[in-house]
Amino acid sequence: MEILQIIKADGDFDPKLEPEISEQDLLKMHKQMLTVRKFNERGMPLQRQGRIGFFMESTGQEACQVGSANALTPKDWAFPSYRDPGICLVRGVPLSTLWDQMMGNSVDESKGRSLPTHWSFKKWNIVTLSSPIGSKLLHAVGVAYAAKHKRDKVVAFASLGEGATSQGEFHAAMNFAGVYRTPVVFFCENNQYAISLPVRRQTASASIAVKAEAYGFEGFQIDGNDILAVYKATKSAVEKARAGDGPTLIEAITYRMGGHSTSDDPSVYRSSEEVEHWKKRDPILRFTAYLKNKGMLTDQENKRLQEETEQEVSSVVKQRLTVPPPAKSSLFTDVYSEMPWHLQEEADEFMRDEDNAS
Amino acid sequence: MLLNIVQGVNETLRGEMKRNADVVLLGEDIGKNGGVFRATAGLLDEFGSERVIDTPVAEDGIIGMAIGMSLYGLEPVVEIQFLDFIYPGFNQIVSELAKVRYRSGGHYPAHVVIRAPAGGGIKGGLYHSQSTEAYFTHTPGLLVATPSTPYDTMGLLRTAIRGSDPVIFLEPKRVYRTVKEEIPEDDYAIPFGEAKVMQEGDDVTLVSWGAMVHTCKAAADLAAKENISVELIDMRTLMPFDIETVLTSVRKTGRVVIAHEATKISGFGGEIAAQISERAIDSLEAPIIRSAGFDTPFPYALEGTYMPSPERVLRSIRKSAGY
Repeated sequence: MEILQIIKADGDFDPKLEPEISEQDLLKMHKQMLTVRKFNERGMPLQRQGRIGFFMESTGQEACQVGSANALTPKDWAFPSYRDPGICLVRGVPLSTLWDQMMGNSVDESKGRSLPTHWSFKKWNIVTLSSPIGSKLLHAVGVAYAAKHKRDKVVAFASLGEGATSQGEFHAAMNFAGVYRTPVVFFCENNQYAISLPVRRQTASASIAVKAEAYGFEGFQIDGNDILAVYKATKSAVEKARAGDGPTLIEAITYRMGGHSTSDDPSVYRSSEEVEHWKKRDPILRFTAYLKNKGMLTDQENKRLQEETEQEVSSVVKQRLTVPPPAKSSLFTDVYSEMPWHLQEEADEFMRDEDNAS
Repeated sequence: MLLNIVQGVNETLRGEMKRNADVVLLGEDIGKNGGVFRATAGLLDEFGSERVIDTPVAEDGIIGMAIGMSLYGLEPVVEIQFLDFIYPGFNQIVSELAKVRYRSGGHYPAHVVIRAPAGGGIKGGLYHSQSTEAYFTHTPGLLVATPSTPYDTMGLLRTAIRGSDPVIFLEPKRVYRTVKEEIPEDDYAIPFGEAKVMQEGDDVTLVSWGAMVHTCKAAADLAAKENISVELIDMRTLMPFDIETVLTSVRKTGRVVIAHEATKISGFGGEIAAQISERAIDSLEAPIIRSAGFDTPFPYALEGTYMPSPERVLRSIRKSAGY
């Protein structure tokens, strides 16, 4: 299977394949990738300091997130994975809102109920996700079915890791998407590891993309560390879905530079040589080289951008750390549309005891 | 009109689909075949294949897709062919359907009604017979309905479809066709969380739900011949559940038997017993007794032995009354 690549590792590129993106938008995408990188750099230390309970890093996968999300329109529905802060940022979620979610504080839209990086931002059509992987793919198929049913030109975009492709729900989602030809794009960030297990132990298939063929729709591989390839492939899949020509499975080949989460040490299950090999394929270094080649960016300007982004992220984190946690009474709401009597009784008794104890 | 339960389901689905164009049905063989119990018979012709959706054989797919459809504004009503087949979709129910409202801070509620024929007594063996309502009452976020009559099935199903919470709607398939009732023509709905006193009595309170209510009625008739007066309560819904109606009865009789087809250990009868002892222990004259399915898988040949019969329930009533 041919792998779509537009920018080579050294920043050289194939002008015949370049998508049409304005200089301004290219620079915006660069800035978005830098923001994701800085976001990630803050997550791990904050967890180690006990300021957040958990973190899932996505360093190395910035091109996947930023390239794909830029190919969507605001009315499309996005189902990012927990390794996709960049999809949220690109769709317009402010950094402060993202950190409110990470901290689970009193202004977090999800009321501090979900783990850090388990996004839910209604205003930006970013759908709540759980920790079991693969289950949300079916929700994307359902959203796509409903949009088609209502004659809306809306596309559902679902991101997943290669680990999720082992789940039964992946099979069900691919199968239903194929049968009903729903306007859905499955975007698999094959980052080579599902926690500790390498992709060759996840599947005996020649690729993830090849699986689409069995479900009756198109699948293809792209270089996931090449933001232009990601953008171009996603854009064409989204346009195809919007035109009523059914689903697509994109396999973006990338690498998870960090661990699975704050709970594992990746040096236990992979070599430093392997990590060094992928460091040379860093998506941000590559896009920086491309922008310099095109005369759109200088080293000096890039350095300034990095410092500026670092400053922005730091100041947001510092500021959001001052927001108080959710009120205890919020524990009991949103289980049902109306609180049933037994839960009301539990809540009343608890709050009364709390008041008496204080 | 005189309707049995399966006709009542069919009429209600038709009515709700006419009432709201966003109501869609999903399930296996629900189109041309009208469902294996014919609950959706005729609906494909009337509403078309975009609203009566025959699905591949995959319960995780059906329920997961329904969740997404609901998030986008449709009102999916799912048919799971037998409750026993729901488990491939269990993750979608427990991890997703029950939790999306909560974990999104109320911003992404999913309203999916899952209808499933439940219970034994049709010679269905291990996998067409179980009563596993307690799996669902044990998951916050789900409502659970367990009607026993055509009238209640219709009224509760309307409430389920018009509401905005996920509902596990367990239909008593053993009595799908045997129980008939005169049904009013109006569009009545029955709220969840209101039990019904099926028969008043003074000596023993008998609590049940689903098809077991009819077994309990037969047991109460047998008890009457022995001069034991039974007050029979049909819970109708288990989440939420109406403990007040049960307590009012227990304060009168002082004696309680809870009967269900589900296995005894961790069955919902245990929850009702605990609620009674927390709230009305001073009223009790006898230990609370459960008459339930044995704690084995559901058998084929010995189905009649496994399920609580009127005689077995009667033995529990005698034990309670004679304590």
